[in-house]
Amino acid sequence: MMTFAFALPGLADELEINLGTLATEAELHSRSISIFPGGRGLPPGSGGVGEGAELYRARCRTCHGETGSEGPASRLSGSDGWMSFSDPLRIVRIQKNPLLVMSVGAQWPYATSIFDYVRRAMPHTAPKSLTNDEVYALTAYILYLNELVSEDAILTKENLPGVEMPGRARTVDVWQEE
Amino acid sequence: MKHSRLDFLAGGGIVDRRSFLLAGASFLAASSLGSARAEAAQGDARIGTGFPGWMRAPGKPDTGYGQPVSHESQVQKRSRPVVPETTGFTLWHTPIENQRGAITPSGLHFGVHHNGIPDIDPAKHELVIHGLVERPLTFSVENLLRYPMVSRILFIECSGNTGANALSPFARDDSCQDLFGQVSGSEWVGVPFRHLLEEAGLQASAKWAIAEGADGGSHARSVPVSKLLDDGMVAFYQNGERLRGAQGYPMRLLLPGWEGNTSVKWLHRLEFTETPAFTKDESGLYTEFLSDGSIARFSFLMDVKSVITHPSGTQTLPEKGFYEISGLAWSGHGKLSQVEVSADGGRSWAQAELHGPVLDKALTRFSIPWRWDGNPTVLLSRATDERGVRQPTRAEWKARYASHSFNHYNAIQSWRIGSDGSVENAYA
Repeated sequence: MMTFAFALPGLADELEINLGTLATEAELHSRSISIFPGGRGLPPGSGGVGEGAELYRARCRTCHGETGSEGPASRLSGSDGWMSFSDPLRIVRIQKNPLLVMSVGAQWPYATSIFDYVRRAMPHTAPKSLTNDEVYALTAYILYLNELVSEDAILTKENLPGVEMPGRARTVDVWQEE
Repeated sequence: MKHSRLDFLAGGGIVDRRSFLLAGASFLAASSLGSARAEAAQGDARIGTGFPGWMRAPGKPDTGYGQPVSHESQVQKRSRPVVPETTGFTLWHTPIENQRGAITPSGLHFGVHHNGIPDIDPAKHELVIHGLVERPLTFSVENLLRYPMVSRILFIECSGNTGANALSPFARDDSCQDLFGQVSGSEWVGVPFRHLLEEAGLQASAKWAIAEGADGGSHARSVPVSKLLDDGMVAFYQNGERLRGAQGYPMRLLLPGWEGNTSVKWLHRLEFTETPAFTKDESGLYTEFLSDGSIARFSFLMDVKSVITHPSGTQTLPEKGFYEISGLAWSGHGKLSQVEVSADGGRSWAQAELHGPVLDKALTRFSIPWRWDGNPTVLLSRATDERGVRQPTRAEWKARYASHSFNHYNAIQSWRIGSDGSVENAYA
């Protein structure tokens, strides 16, 4: 194992600190939950729009609204972005600028991010409680609400990365440009 | 008082600091004369009657951990739930108008929590470094605390701080806490990332790291490796003590000058990759809508910004006369070079005093004496950082972004002073 070395003022010798322990494959496998745009990290399993709709009604509707656009939590689809429903000028703003028509469907660049976030963080009161099949189903339903997949779509690790998201073409990578 | 001795540096009553001190000295001398009277003492008199109760009794014992006095109990963080049905996603604003100096008390540091504050057992918490490294490593908290640490005084600002002034078509009559309470300054102490990355052996293809917290929502952000190597640290201490739960206990990522959301709290995993993961926050909430309809992502740096905290929104000046205008300025690009203040709505400006040390990516306190003549006016501050970049006007900022974009708002702030002494948020 390589050690790292640093010099302290007044000390001619190098000190070595090497306190990390080698992580096992099993440890890494259970903790690596990130899903990447190309599909890396996606688990086996599948889920369709129909099952997703049922799950949505039971687990998501209270916060995200009937069709994913009513809130009060972040918009998944439809007419709004992140504006609060309690904002008295919400309607005026939406009318004034159609860009307020923002949602997961309109803004997120990759469909894999929906799977990643739902699986790690949703439902808000019981994160990490959904099965992989349930996460595929909910991802399918959210994409269906945005008219990005058809009503009979069934998602797997093979076809999810291929779903084209409108947010991708609108992306400007500020960091790369600096 | 001889007002004629004051040197005015700019319109609206901005006073040269030296002449202010001179005038103040003559005032003090005059008032000390008035208190020089003494009563003749009688033999049966007790001095106690002339003193308050706390000077006629022993004090209370001290406690194991000190708390603010009850008379300051109004100085509190305030929360705004983002989703009314949950307590998890909340914005806790620091009472910035109560702070003097440049350090925010740890218990008052702002916090934006996406899924509450996890109750982490430090004995069971680990940091895993894996992905494009030669050796995937696990570190216990105990072991990490043995690495050499660095100390830095830094600001952290939420990307959405002052978003209300970006969004609202009229200037909301809000307090400084409401509008600017998502920025705080602390001394952070931790282990520079480069130590840990040398031990793990970073592969040449590693350009990004997915930093993940151990909270309920497993908050994650993709951050460039170059930033981690430059000045990123795993922070364990804030203002001399271990991190508060709300600030990431037992450890957090700290990326100086970058939007607060990237300084991942409760850090437990770093996966090194060639590309970003496009996590939830870099897909949606922490992006900006530009005026041409495109979506800006990975706009990490918090730009140069300032605000007058004394006086500020919803406060009232009790009477005309002298006040010290005081505020905070900061830049994610480095040190401040100057802060200018106007007391006449921007017609004339004077350079405020910067209270040193002026540190890299830290809050800097500024002040300038002011004599309010009782007439309505507008106070403004504008900061310039060491790049020579000055804050934009609100109109300039709005021209860059779509009307509903609210992150990274750093326009010049205006406070309108009414003839009744009221101080109100203004777009002027």
